[in-house]
Amino acid sequence: MKKISAEEFNTLVRESKGDVYVDFFAEWCGPCKHFSPIVGVVAQDETVYQVDVDEEKALAFEYEVMSIPCLILFRDGKEYKRSVGVISEKEIRGMKQ
Amino acid sequence: MIYDLAIIGGGPAGLTAAIYATRASLKTVVFEKMTCGGQIIESKKVDNYPGLPHISGAEFAEKLQQQAEELGAEIEFEDILSFEKLGENFKLRSDDAEFEARAIVMATGVAPKHLEIPGEAELIGRGVSFCATCDGNFFKDEAVAVIGGGNTALYDAIYLSDICSKVYLVHRRDEFRGDSVLVEKLRAKENVEFVLSAKPIRIEGESRVEALIIEQDGGEKALAVSGIFEAVGHSAQGSKLNSELKTDETGYLIADEKLQSSIPGVFLAGDLRQKRVRQLTTATADGAECISSVLEYLKK
Repeated sequence: MKKISAEEFNTLVRESKGDVYVDFFAEWCGPCKHFSPIVGVVAQDETVYQVDVDEEKALAFEYEVMSIPCLILFRDGKEYKRSVGVISEKEIRGMKQ
Repeated sequence: MIYDLAIIGGGPAGLTAAIYATRASLKTVVFEKMTCGGQIIESKKVDNYPGLPHISGAEFAEKLQQQAEELGAEIEFEDILSFEKLGENFKLRSDDAEFEARAIVMATGVAPKHLEIPGEAELIGRGVSFCATCDGNFFKDEAVAVIGGGNTALYDAIYLSDICSKVYLVHRRDEFRGDSVLVEKLRAKENVEFVLSAKPIRIEGESRVEALIIEQDGGEKALAVSGIFEAVGHSAQGSKLNSELKTDETGYLIADEKLQSSIPGVFLAGDLRQKRVRQLTTATADGAECISSVLEYLKK
Protein backbone atom coordinates (compact mmCIF):
# COMPACT_ATOMS: atom_id res chain seq x y z
CA MET A 1 0.00 0.00 0.00
CA LYS A 2 1.27 3.40 -0.91
CA LYS A 3 1.48 6.11 1.72
CA ILE A 4 0.54 9.42 0.11
CA SER A 5 1.04 13.09 0.88
CA ALA A 6 -1.67 15.77 0.79
CA GLU A 7 -0.37 16.82 -2.64
CA GLU A 8 -0.63 13.31 -4.01
CA PHE A 9 -4.07 13.00 -2.40
CA ASN A 10 -5.32 15.73 -4.74
CA THR A 11 -4.50 13.83 -7.90
CA LEU A 12 -4.83 10.22 -6.70
CA VAL A 13 -8.02 10.60 -4.67
CA ARG A 14 -9.84 13.89 -5.26
CA GLU A 15 -9.46 13.73 -9.03
CA SER A 16 -9.99 9.99 -9.28
CA LYS A 17 -12.80 8.14 -11.02
CA GLY A 18 -14.28 5.08 -9.39
CA ASP A 19 -13.57 3.76 -5.91
CA VAL A 20 -10.51 4.54 -3.81
CA TYR A 21 -10.03 3.56 -0.16
CA VAL A 22 -7.92 5.77 2.10
CA ASP A 23 -6.69 4.43 5.43
CA PHE A 24 -5.95 7.29 7.87
CA PHE A 25 -3.49 5.97 10.43
CA ALA A 26 -0.62 6.87 12.77
CA GLU A 27 2.63 5.04 13.48
CA TRP A 28 2.00 4.99 17.25
CA CYS A 29 -1.55 3.64 17.02
CA GLY A 30 -1.78 -0.03 18.05
CA PRO A 31 -5.12 -0.81 16.37
CA CYS A 32 -3.82 0.86 13.16
CA LYS A 33 -0.87 -1.54 13.07
CA HIS A 34 -3.24 -4.46 13.32
CA PHE A 35 -5.65 -3.00 10.77
CA SER A 36 -2.97 -2.42 8.16
CA PRO A 37 -2.56 -6.10 7.09
CA ILE A 38 -6.35 -6.43 6.69
CA VAL A 39 -6.47 -3.37 4.44
CA GLY A 40 -3.40 -4.78 2.70
CA VAL A 41 -5.37 -7.83 1.60
CA VAL A 42 -8.05 -5.60 0.06
CA ALA A 43 -5.29 -3.58 -1.63
CA GLN A 44 -4.38 -6.62 -3.73
CA ASP A 45 -7.41 -6.00 -5.94
CA GLU A 46 -8.65 -2.53 -4.96
CA THR A 47 -7.05 0.91 -4.98
CA VAL A 48 -5.99 1.68 -1.42
CA TYR A 49 -3.77 4.48 -0.10
CA GLN A 50 -2.63 5.35 3.39
CA VAL A 51 -2.42 8.80 4.96
CA ASP A 52 -0.33 9.34 8.10
CA VAL A 53 -2.39 11.74 10.23
CA ASP A 54 0.71 13.08 11.96
CA GLU A 55 2.36 14.00 8.66
CA GLU A 56 -0.83 15.29 7.07
CA LYS A 57 -2.66 16.98 9.93
CA ALA A 58 -4.50 19.48 7.70
CA LEU A 59 -5.88 16.69 5.51
CA ALA A 60 -7.06 14.70 8.54
CA PHE A 61 -8.65 17.88 9.91
CA GLU A 62 -10.34 18.64 6.59
CA TYR A 63 -11.99 15.23 6.55
CA GLU A 64 -12.76 15.46 10.28
CA VAL A 65 -10.80 12.35 11.10
CA MET A 66 -10.94 12.16 14.89
CA SER A 67 -10.62 8.43 15.50
CA ILE A 68 -8.11 6.09 13.95
CA PRO A 69 -7.87 3.79 12.16
CA CYS A 70 -10.37 5.56 9.92
CA LEU A 71 -11.04 4.12 6.49
CA ILE A 72 -12.81 6.33 3.99
CA LEU A 73 -14.11 5.04 0.69
CA PHE A 74 -14.05 7.75 -1.96
CA ARG A 75 -16.24 7.37 -5.04
CA ASP A 76 -15.37 9.63 -7.96
CA GLY A 77 -13.30 11.74 -5.58
CA LYS A 78 -16.02 12.28 -2.99
CA GLU A 79 -16.45 10.62 0.40
CA TYR A 80 -18.93 7.78 -0.04
CA LYS A 81 -18.60 5.87 3.23
CA ARG A 82 -16.37 5.78 6.27
CA SER A 83 -15.59 3.33 8.98
CA VAL A 84 -13.82 3.84 12.30
CA GLY A 85 -11.85 1.21 14.19
CA VAL A 86 -10.65 -2.20 13.09
CA ILE A 87 -13.07 -3.95 10.75
CA SER A 88 -12.88 -7.18 8.79
CA GLU A 89 -11.94 -7.65 5.15
CA LYS A 90 -15.57 -8.48 4.37
CA GLU A 91 -16.75 -5.30 6.05
CA ILE A 92 -14.23 -3.26 4.07
CA ARG A 93 -15.47 -4.76 0.82
CA GLY A 94 -19.06 -4.28 2.01
CA MET A 95 -18.53 -0.52 2.17
CA LYS A 96 -18.87 -0.43 -1.62
CA GLN A 97 -22.55 -1.34 -1.46
CA MET B 1 -10.48 -31.71 7.92
CA ILE B 2 -11.52 -32.27 11.51
CA TYR B 3 -9.60 -30.17 14.00
CA ASP B 4 -8.97 -31.45 17.50
CA LEU B 5 -9.62 -27.98 18.81
CA ALA B 6 -11.27 -24.85 17.44
CA ILE B 7 -10.52 -21.69 19.38
CA ILE B 8 -12.92 -18.83 18.75
CA GLY B 9 -11.17 -15.52 19.33
CA GLY B 10 -7.54 -14.52 18.80
CA GLY B 11 -6.92 -12.37 21.85
CA PRO B 12 -4.46 -13.20 24.65
CA ALA B 13 -6.67 -15.99 26.07
CA GLY B 14 -7.29 -17.62 22.69
CA LEU B 15 -3.68 -17.38 21.50
CA THR B 16 -2.35 -18.73 24.80
CA ALA B 17 -4.79 -21.62 24.50
CA ALA B 18 -3.41 -22.17 20.97
CA ILE B 19 0.17 -22.25 22.29
CA TYR B 20 -0.70 -24.84 24.93
CA ALA B 21 -2.86 -26.89 22.55
CA THR B 22 -0.27 -27.11 19.79
CA ARG B 23 2.41 -28.03 22.31
CA ALA B 24 0.11 -30.85 23.40
CA SER B 25 0.01 -31.96 19.73
CA LEU B 26 -3.61 -30.98 19.15
CA LYS B 27 -4.50 -30.01 15.60
CA THR B 28 -5.60 -26.46 16.41
CA VAL B 29 -7.28 -23.64 14.57
CA VAL B 30 -7.92 -20.13 15.87
CA PHE B 31 -10.84 -18.24 14.35
CA GLU B 32 -10.45 -14.50 14.53
CA LYS B 33 -12.99 -12.20 12.94
CA MET B 34 -10.72 -9.18 12.50
CA THR B 35 -7.24 -8.98 13.91
CA CYS B 36 -5.40 -10.95 16.56
CA GLY B 37 -4.72 -9.36 19.92
CA GLY B 38 -8.12 -8.36 21.25
CA GLN B 39 -8.51 -5.30 23.42
CA ILE B 40 -4.85 -5.18 24.43
CA ILE B 41 -3.84 -3.71 21.05
CA GLU B 42 -5.38 -0.44 22.27
CA SER B 43 -3.01 -0.23 25.24
CA LYS B 44 -0.06 2.01 24.54
CA LYS B 45 1.96 0.44 27.30
CA VAL B 46 1.45 -2.69 29.39
CA ASP B 47 3.04 -2.37 32.80
CA ASN B 48 1.44 -5.21 34.73
CA TYR B 49 2.35 -8.29 32.72
CA PRO B 50 5.13 -10.13 34.56
CA GLY B 51 8.48 -10.13 32.81
CA LEU B 52 7.57 -7.78 29.97
CA PRO B 53 7.51 -4.29 31.48
CA HIS B 54 6.62 -1.35 29.19
CA ILE B 55 5.74 -3.50 26.19
CA SER B 56 3.09 -1.98 23.93
CA GLY B 57 -0.19 -3.86 23.63
CA ALA B 58 0.23 -4.10 19.87
CA GLU B 59 3.71 -5.61 20.19
CA PHE B 60 2.55 -8.04 22.86
CA ALA B 61 -0.22 -9.22 20.53
CA GLU B 62 2.18 -9.60 17.58
CA LYS B 63 4.58 -11.71 19.64
CA LEU B 64 1.77 -13.89 20.94
CA GLN B 65 0.39 -14.49 17.44
CA GLN B 66 3.87 -15.25 16.10
CA GLN B 67 4.51 -17.73 18.91
CA ALA B 68 1.21 -19.54 18.32
CA GLU B 69 1.82 -19.74 14.56
CA GLU B 70 5.42 -20.90 14.96
CA LEU B 71 4.14 -23.76 17.10
CA GLY B 72 1.74 -24.79 14.36
CA ALA B 73 -1.58 -23.16 15.19
CA GLU B 74 -3.58 -22.19 12.12
CA ILE B 75 -5.21 -18.78 12.20
CA GLU B 76 -8.31 -18.34 10.07
CA PHE B 77 -9.83 -14.93 9.64
CA GLU B 78 -13.45 -15.99 9.91
CA ASP B 79 -16.32 -14.63 11.95
CA ILE B 80 -17.87 -17.69 13.59
CA LEU B 81 -21.58 -17.01 13.89
CA SER B 82 -22.79 -20.27 15.46
CA PHE B 83 -21.80 -23.77 16.48
CA GLU B 84 -23.64 -26.95 17.38
CA LYS B 85 -22.82 -30.49 18.33
CA LEU B 86 -23.48 -32.98 15.55
CA GLY B 87 -22.65 -36.54 16.61
CA GLU B 88 -19.21 -36.67 18.22
CA ASN B 89 -17.98 -33.36 16.86
CA PHE B 90 -18.89 -29.70 16.73
CA LYS B 91 -19.83 -27.93 13.55
CA LEU B 92 -18.88 -24.25 13.43
CA ARG B 93 -20.34 -21.86 10.87
CA SER B 94 -19.30 -18.50 9.51
CA ASP B 95 -21.44 -16.73 6.92
CA ASP B 96 -19.90 -18.69 4.06
CA ALA B 97 -17.99 -21.66 5.47
CA GLU B 98 -18.28 -24.62 7.82
CA PHE B 99 -15.64 -26.19 10.04
CA GLU B 100 -15.53 -29.25 12.23
CA ALA B 101 -13.74 -29.75 15.54
CA ARG B 102 -13.74 -32.21 18.42
CA ALA B 103 -13.70 -29.52 21.10
CA ILE B 104 -14.08 -25.76 21.32
CA VAL B 105 -12.47 -23.03 23.39
CA MET B 106 -14.44 -19.81 23.34
CA ALA B 107 -12.24 -16.78 23.91
CA THR B 108 -14.45 -14.14 22.36
CA GLY B 109 -13.73 -11.51 24.99
CA VAL B 110 -15.73 -8.42 25.67
CA ALA B 111 -16.70 -5.29 23.75
CA PRO B 112 -17.05 -1.77 25.12
CA LYS B 113 -20.56 -0.78 26.12
CA HIS B 114 -22.03 2.31 24.56
CA LEU B 115 -24.00 4.99 26.39
CA GLU B 116 -26.85 4.61 23.90
CA ILE B 117 -28.00 8.19 24.18
CA PRO B 118 -29.22 10.49 21.40
CA GLY B 119 -26.44 11.84 19.20
CA GLU B 120 -23.93 9.15 20.10
CA ALA B 121 -24.21 6.83 17.10
CA GLU B 122 -24.04 9.69 14.58
CA LEU B 123 -20.91 11.16 16.17
CA ILE B 124 -18.80 8.03 16.69
CA GLY B 125 -15.48 8.82 15.04
CA ARG B 126 -16.42 12.50 14.99
CA GLY B 127 -15.61 13.19 18.62
CA VAL B 128 -17.12 10.16 20.32
CA SER B 129 -14.33 7.68 21.01
CA PHE B 130 -13.71 4.44 22.87
CA CYS B 131 -9.91 4.60 22.74
CA ALA B 132 -8.15 7.49 24.46
CA THR B 133 -4.66 6.39 23.43
CA CYS B 134 -5.71 6.14 19.76
CA ASP B 135 -7.63 9.36 19.49
CA GLY B 136 -6.45 11.65 22.30
CA ASN B 137 -4.04 13.56 20.05
CA PHE B 138 -6.89 14.76 17.85
CA PHE B 139 -8.08 16.83 20.81
CA LYS B 140 -4.83 18.57 21.69
CA ASP B 141 -5.53 21.76 23.69
CA GLU B 142 -9.27 21.19 23.52
CA ALA B 143 -11.83 20.31 26.21
CA VAL B 144 -12.98 16.70 26.46
CA ALA B 145 -15.14 14.55 28.70
CA VAL B 146 -14.30 11.09 29.99
CA ILE B 147 -17.30 9.07 31.10
CA GLY B 148 -17.05 6.27 33.64
CA GLY B 149 -15.88 5.45 37.13
CA GLY B 150 -13.60 2.44 36.72
CA ASN B 151 -9.86 2.20 36.15
CA THR B 152 -10.18 2.57 32.38
CA ALA B 153 -11.94 5.91 32.79
CA LEU B 154 -9.38 7.06 35.37
CA TYR B 155 -6.41 6.05 33.22
CA ASP B 156 -8.02 7.71 30.19
CA ALA B 157 -8.54 10.94 32.15
CA ILE B 158 -4.90 10.94 33.33
CA TYR B 159 -3.65 10.32 29.78
CA LEU B 160 -5.89 13.00 28.27
CA SER B 161 -5.07 15.60 30.96
CA ASP B 162 -1.54 15.80 29.55
CA ILE B 163 -2.85 16.52 26.04
CA CYS B 164 -6.12 18.41 26.43
CA SER B 165 -6.78 21.84 27.91
CA LYS B 166 -9.60 20.53 30.11
CA VAL B 167 -10.88 17.11 31.10
CA TYR B 168 -14.32 16.64 32.66
CA LEU B 169 -14.53 13.30 34.41
CA VAL B 170 -18.22 12.45 34.36
CA HIS B 171 -19.53 9.69 36.59
CA ARG B 172 -23.05 8.73 37.55
CA ARG B 173 -22.11 8.06 41.19
CA ASP B 174 -20.36 10.24 43.76
CA GLU B 175 -17.46 7.85 44.24
CA PHE B 176 -15.25 5.81 41.93
CA ARG B 177 -14.98 2.08 41.46
CA GLY B 178 -11.38 2.49 40.27
CA ASP B 179 -8.21 2.68 42.36
CA SER B 180 -8.03 5.53 44.88
CA VAL B 181 -4.40 6.21 43.94
CA LEU B 182 -5.56 7.12 40.41
CA VAL B 183 -8.35 9.30 41.79
CA GLU B 184 -5.83 11.17 43.95
CA LYS B 185 -3.56 11.65 40.96
CA LEU B 186 -6.47 13.21 39.07
CA ARG B 187 -7.46 15.42 42.01
CA ALA B 188 -3.98 16.94 41.88
CA LYS B 189 -4.39 17.98 38.24
CA GLU B 190 -5.57 21.53 37.70
CA ASN B 191 -7.22 20.90 34.36
CA VAL B 192 -9.36 17.98 35.54
CA GLU B 193 -12.86 18.66 36.84
CA PHE B 194 -14.93 15.94 38.52
CA VAL B 195 -18.56 15.96 37.46
CA LEU B 196 -20.18 13.49 39.83
CA SER B 197 -23.70 12.14 40.32
CA ALA B 198 -24.23 13.14 36.71
CA LYS B 199 -25.98 11.21 33.96
CA PRO B 200 -25.10 11.84 30.31
CA ILE B 201 -28.34 12.23 28.40
CA ARG B 202 -27.48 13.65 24.98
CA ILE B 203 -24.58 14.49 22.71
CA GLU B 204 -24.91 17.58 20.56
CA GLY B 205 -23.07 18.59 17.41
CA GLU B 206 -23.64 18.84 13.67
CA SER B 207 -20.69 17.18 11.97
CA ARG B 208 -18.62 16.84 15.15
CA VAL B 209 -19.16 16.80 18.89
CA GLU B 210 -19.88 20.22 20.36
CA ALA B 211 -21.40 19.45 23.77
CA LEU B 212 -22.26 16.72 26.22
CA ILE B 213 -25.56 17.28 27.95
CA ILE B 214 -25.80 15.86 31.45
CA GLU B 215 -28.51 15.61 34.06
CA GLN B 216 -27.31 16.72 37.49
CA ASP B 217 -29.11 17.98 40.61
CA GLY B 218 -32.44 17.69 38.84
CA GLY B 219 -31.47 19.92 35.94
CA GLU B 220 -29.71 19.79 32.57
CA LYS B 221 -26.22 21.14 32.03
CA ALA B 222 -24.12 21.44 28.90
CA LEU B 223 -20.41 20.68 28.95
CA ALA B 224 -18.74 22.34 25.96
CA VAL B 225 -16.41 19.60 24.72
CA SER B 226 -15.13 18.46 21.35
CA GLY B 227 -14.28 14.93 22.45
CA ILE B 228 -16.16 12.36 24.52
CA PHE B 229 -14.28 9.27 25.67
CA GLU B 230 -16.58 6.53 26.87
CA ALA B 231 -15.35 3.98 29.42
CA VAL B 232 -18.60 2.67 30.82
CA GLY B 233 -17.82 -1.01 31.03
CA HIS B 234 -17.92 -3.98 28.73
CA SER B 235 -20.30 -6.68 27.63
CA ALA B 236 -19.33 -10.31 27.09
CA GLN B 237 -19.30 -11.53 23.50
CA GLY B 238 -20.18 -14.96 22.20
CA SER B 239 -23.28 -16.04 24.09
CA LYS B 240 -25.28 -15.91 20.85
CA LEU B 241 -23.18 -18.61 19.21
CA ASN B 242 -25.27 -21.33 20.85
CA SER B 243 -28.53 -20.94 22.77
CA GLU B 244 -27.48 -23.54 25.37
CA LEU B 245 -24.63 -21.36 26.70
CA LYS B 246 -25.52 -20.20 30.18
CA THR B 247 -24.81 -16.64 31.31
CA ASP B 248 -25.15 -14.75 34.57
CA GLU B 249 -27.52 -11.81 35.01
CA THR B 250 -24.92 -9.41 33.56
CA GLY B 251 -24.34 -11.49 30.44
CA TYR B 252 -21.00 -13.10 31.32
CA LEU B 253 -20.75 -16.77 30.38
CA ILE B 254 -20.66 -19.31 33.18
CA ALA B 255 -17.94 -21.95 33.39
CA ASP B 256 -17.35 -24.65 35.99
CA GLU B 257 -14.08 -25.10 37.90
CA LYS B 258 -12.56 -26.82 34.85
CA LEU B 259 -13.53 -23.84 32.69
CA GLN B 260 -16.11 -25.93 30.87
CA SER B 261 -19.22 -24.03 29.78
CA SER B 262 -22.76 -25.34 30.14
CA ILE B 263 -22.09 -27.36 26.96
CA PRO B 264 -19.74 -30.36 27.46
CA GLY B 265 -16.71 -30.00 25.20
CA VAL B 266 -16.97 -26.21 25.02
CA PHE B 267 -14.53 -24.39 27.30
CA LEU B 268 -14.27 -20.71 28.21
CA ALA B 269 -11.11 -18.62 28.47
CA GLY B 270 -10.61 -14.94 29.16
CA ASP B 271 -12.79 -11.93 29.82
CA LEU B 272 -16.03 -13.40 28.46
CA ARG B 273 -16.55 -15.62 31.49
CA GLN B 274 -17.91 -14.76 34.92
CA LYS B 275 -14.91 -14.09 37.17
CA ARG B 276 -13.49 -11.55 39.58
CA VAL B 277 -10.41 -10.23 37.81
CA ARG B 278 -10.17 -9.47 34.09
CA GLN B 279 -6.55 -8.76 33.28
CA LEU B 280 -4.00 -9.86 30.71
CA THR B 281 -2.51 -12.28 33.24
CA THR B 282 -5.86 -13.89 34.05
CA ALA B 283 -6.74 -14.16 30.35
CA THR B 284 -3.51 -15.98 29.53
CA ALA B 285 -3.89 -18.11 32.67
CA ASP B 286 -7.35 -19.17 31.46
CA GLY B 287 -5.91 -20.02 28.06
CA ALA B 288 -3.36 -22.33 29.63
CA GLU B 289 -5.69 -23.88 32.18
CA CYS B 290 -8.54 -24.72 29.85
CA ILE B 291 -6.26 -26.84 27.65
CA SER B 292 -5.79 -29.31 30.53
CA SER B 293 -9.56 -29.69 30.58
CA VAL B 294 -9.72 -29.96 26.80
CA LEU B 295 -7.15 -32.79 26.89
CA GLU B 296 -9.12 -34.57 29.59
CA TYR B 297 -12.33 -34.18 27.56
CA LEU B 298 -10.74 -35.47 24.35
CA LYS B 299 -9.43 -38.60 26.10
CA LYS B 300 -12.95 -39.68 27.06
